[in-house]
Amino acid sequence: MAVEQGVSKYKIATRSSKRISRRIAPNLDWLTVFLYFLLVSLGWMNIYAAVYSPDNVVNIFSFDINSGKQLVWIGTSLVLILVLLVVDYKIYEHLAYPIYGFVILLLLFTLAVASPIAGSRSWLDLGGGVRLQPAELAKFATALAASKFLSTSNLRQQQWKDHMILAAITLLPPAIIILQNETGSALVFAAFVIAYFREGMSPLILVIGGVSAFIFIMTLLVPKLYLIIGIVVLMVLAVWLDYRLMRRLKMMAALLLLIVGMVFSVDYFVNDVLQPHQQNRIRALINPEADPLGFGWNVTQSKIAIGSGGFFGKGFLEGTQTKFDFVPEQSTDFIFCTIGEEHGWIGSTLLIALFMVLLIRIVYIAERQKSVFGRTYGYCVASIIFFHFLVNVGMTIGLAPVVGIPLPFFSYGGSSLWSFTILLFILLAIDAYRTQELVRSNKMNR
Amino acid sequence: MDYLENRKYVIQTIFLVVGIVFAIRLFYIQVVDSSYKQAAETNAIKTIVQYPFRGLIYDRNGQLLVQNTPVYDLMIVPKEAKSPDSLRLCSLLNITIEDLRERIKKAKAYSYVKPSIFYQKLSTEEFGHIQDNLIDFPGFYINARTARGYPHQSLAHALGYIAEISPRELEDTTYKGYRPGDYIGKSGIEQAYEKYLMGRRGVKYKMVNVRGIEKGSFKDGAYDTLAIAGQNLISTIDLDLQKYGEFLMNGAKGSIVALEPSTGEILTYISSPFYDPNLLTGKEYGSNYLNLLKGQDKPMFNRPIMASSNPPGSIFKLVQALIALEEGVITPATQFYCNRALVNCHNHNSPLDLYGAIQQSCNPYFYQTYRALVNQGKSRNTFKDTSIGLAEWREQVLSFGFGQKLGIDLPNEKKGIVASPELYDKIYGKNRWKFSTIYSLSIGQGELGVTPLQMANFMAIVANKGYYYMPHIIRSIGEDGEPLPEYRVQNKTTVNPKHYIPVIEGMAAVARRGGTAAIANLEHLGITICGKTGTAQNPQGKDHAVFVAFAPKEDPKIAIAVYVENAGWGGSSAAPIASLMIEKYLTDSVSRKKVEEWVLSREYLNMK
Repeated sequence: MAVEQGVSKYKIATRSSKRISRRIAPNLDWLTVFLYFLLVSLGWMNIYAAVYSPDNVVNIFSFDINSGKQLVWIGTSLVLILVLLVVDYKIYEHLAYPIYGFVILLLLFTLAVASPIAGSRSWLDLGGGVRLQPAELAKFATALAASKFLSTSNLRQQQWKDHMILAAITLLPPAIIILQNETGSALVFAAFVIAYFREGMSPLILVIGGVSAFIFIMTLLVPKLYLIIGIVVLMVLAVWLDYRLMRRLKMMAALLLLIVGMVFSVDYFVNDVLQPHQQNRIRALINPEADPLGFGWNVTQSKIAIGSGGFFGKGFLEGTQTKFDFVPEQSTDFIFCTIGEEHGWIGSTLLIALFMVLLIRIVYIAERQKSVFGRTYGYCVASIIFFHFLVNVGMTIGLAPVVGIPLPFFSYGGSSLWSFTILLFILLAIDAYRTQELVRSNKMNR
Repeated sequence: MDYLENRKYVIQTIFLVVGIVFAIRLFYIQVVDSSYKQAAETNAIKTIVQYPFRGLIYDRNGQLLVQNTPVYDLMIVPKEAKSPDSLRLCSLLNITIEDLRERIKKAKAYSYVKPSIFYQKLSTEEFGHIQDNLIDFPGFYINARTARGYPHQSLAHALGYIAEISPRELEDTTYKGYRPGDYIGKSGIEQAYEKYLMGRRGVKYKMVNVRGIEKGSFKDGAYDTLAIAGQNLISTIDLDLQKYGEFLMNGAKGSIVALEPSTGEILTYISSPFYDPNLLTGKEYGSNYLNLLKGQDKPMFNRPIMASSNPPGSIFKLVQALIALEEGVITPATQFYCNRALVNCHNHNSPLDLYGAIQQSCNPYFYQTYRALVNQGKSRNTFKDTSIGLAEWREQVLSFGFGQKLGIDLPNEKKGIVASPELYDKIYGKNRWKFSTIYSLSIGQGELGVTPLQMANFMAIVANKGYYYMPHIIRSIGEDGEPLPEYRVQNKTTVNPKHYIPVIEGMAAVARRGGTAAIANLEHLGITICGKTGTAQNPQGKDHAVFVAFAPKEDPKIAIAVYVENAGWGGSSAAPIASLMIEKYLTDSVSRKKVEEWVLSREYLNMK
């Protein structure tokens, strides 16, 4: 049997070119591949629409504009996809830690050598005008490392050591990224909580996270005193409804104290810790109308662009708000405005539906993996895409603060497209070999 | 089953809830709440267009043919022009209140926030009035532009005119990037060289904020562009000769086209009746245009390139002679009797050789020549033989530029007609026609249609002994540029250069004592004119007079075709006009005042 395996390995190695067509094609999740290409091409057209100007019409393929450049990124992504599918899928699991380690070093290296661009030291100049943002690579590297770690330990057993290691794996990259002054990209790592939840992390963390976010926002909206009174009233109400809580009075008091402490610290945090532009972003979220031409500009203009699209939209290249860059960063972070304005509610809802189908499909793929590694990685992919989607679309419609993170597969930018392509196609490569895993384990059983 | 597996439902629910919340929120801001749409309307950029100077056009000697004169348009931005003092505005512009309302309505229909032309081409006087009062009319402003001016009132047909772009042209992809209210070349050089002449518009963007207040340059002027003037053009036209030709043709109908044989450059381009090109600028453009369009003798008809249905008449005998020599069916010494039983002729010596036949324009000679040419006995069936002969003959005729567009750099050129076997098959049926059916081709009548430009080009070919450059009217794009590349390609005919020599000798005899155009003789000035008269039959009325010529015989400098409608025999009107043009061009003066007087007397129009 060993000989047989050797032969088949040999064959695989020599026929790597036929690998995709023979071995992967039947098992590749074509629905996801289709969704990927659909999103990428729609994104490309909307990038063109975002930079399109009727007074100076430039061909969509022209390298002078973002759509032409994006085409290069799309082309190189195709090469990436081929490589990812041809490489032995086991490498991702075996090399998870080395890849993670390499990316950490790259992040540190970038921090050390990068010259600041718009206040951020996250870009690595590759020469020839090509720049790379290693923070984008940190997402899939961290997903690989976390999945590898979870495949060897178990979150259900309340072992603090495992929790600490996992937390360290997850928080190290965003810590460096914050030092690079790319807070937006760092926030994405919060998404891993969703994947860990599936692997057994206590739901309490999710609940605490949710409640904290709620209190955080309420602190900004409502004066402190009213907020605290409101919370006390809520607690009294809870005790009145369920007298058993009387027995936990001590715990209730501790909780109240904790919340009050949090309210004050949020206030302190926003006003004294955050940098002015970050404060503005948070204020813009709460009340963008307060200064529509000042700090609320992005959100106001973005909502105007989307809102003016109406039910059916103004039509491809017909957007009036988009043509003169009323909305900043239109082909990158605010690409959703173009959809909203030119394709209306129908178009934006269809795009949301596309992302929903993609996310649900990824969860489905994750669930059918035989290994914990594969499953966890799948959930990491879904969580990261979801978080980007949540924050990116949310900020354009005024439901999330303005955080400079791209819409997956859609926004203009090579680093972002590459990073999401790698993220997704590693999962598809692992998934395409899941039957081999089965065959192998069957043989073992015999 | 793993109890954790149920958590996948929790996660999927979170995803879906977010998706649904987004869709609902979008529905609210896109469909329910209309305030965003209003905000988008007021989120405006004021665009200020700077029109570039359109390129100027000069004649070959540096005289200005087309210039720019400033005009002022009154613009309106309906949104800002809320409730103007209508009565005062009406009196300032001298328009009725209904007219005023109509104009405002039109502007609003175009755009509520974008500027459009409210009143076009203010006179200098009106401009002065309004400029002083403009401060009381918010939403109105003056846009300065330039219009075309023609200092010499000449060459209207070739220059063409410019006018506001039409809605249909706006949809045409050729005019991509143009906007309503832009001016484009509508005919002539103005149309053909639009892309060189137009230059590039400059645009300045001023940002207007939510409260309608200018916030200064948009993006610090990053999108602003400077106007770039169009390129000047240098025409091949010799303005002095052009004016002299118009002087000679004034009152007659017809065309004069003169070319420089060695280059194909057009020296004179006259379509008579002609008009002052200044009529098609200024405010009366519309009514003037209609008058010209409907005017007597069709002044807008561009005869040199559009009068394509007229047969060439006897000048075509030269083509027959050249092809017959090439085919070897005659030699210069071949003689034929002037047999009037074949086709009518006038009194002259008989028999004649080729030289004599050209000099006397002997109809039976060319009847017999053409019969020998078409019926070469390539088939025993005379019908088939004629068909083969005609097809072969046609091939050669086409090589002279007949029956096809010569590719002049002016729009709307016509092809003309050269008889073909297919045409006769259609008229008479296959194998139902033979030489006796088509013999009138031999003397340039029948199924032949030749434009005056093609005639002049034919003279250039003979002058060059067998080749031509496509006739063109612009010799330089930019002030020391070149013509378009297609005008630098030599086109050859199928006829060997040596066969041109006897034909040229015959043509030289035409303008000598005893020839059909002795009046055109310039040998006392040391200039030998080679020419040929023609009379084109005209079913609608009196025959048209034709004269084609080139001169001097050695080293030709000018090739010319003169076509005078309803002037009868070519020798009486077209030949003297052509000879005067040649004299004027080659000697820079006119010594034969008697000939000039004769032409100007127009008496030839009354001759039988």
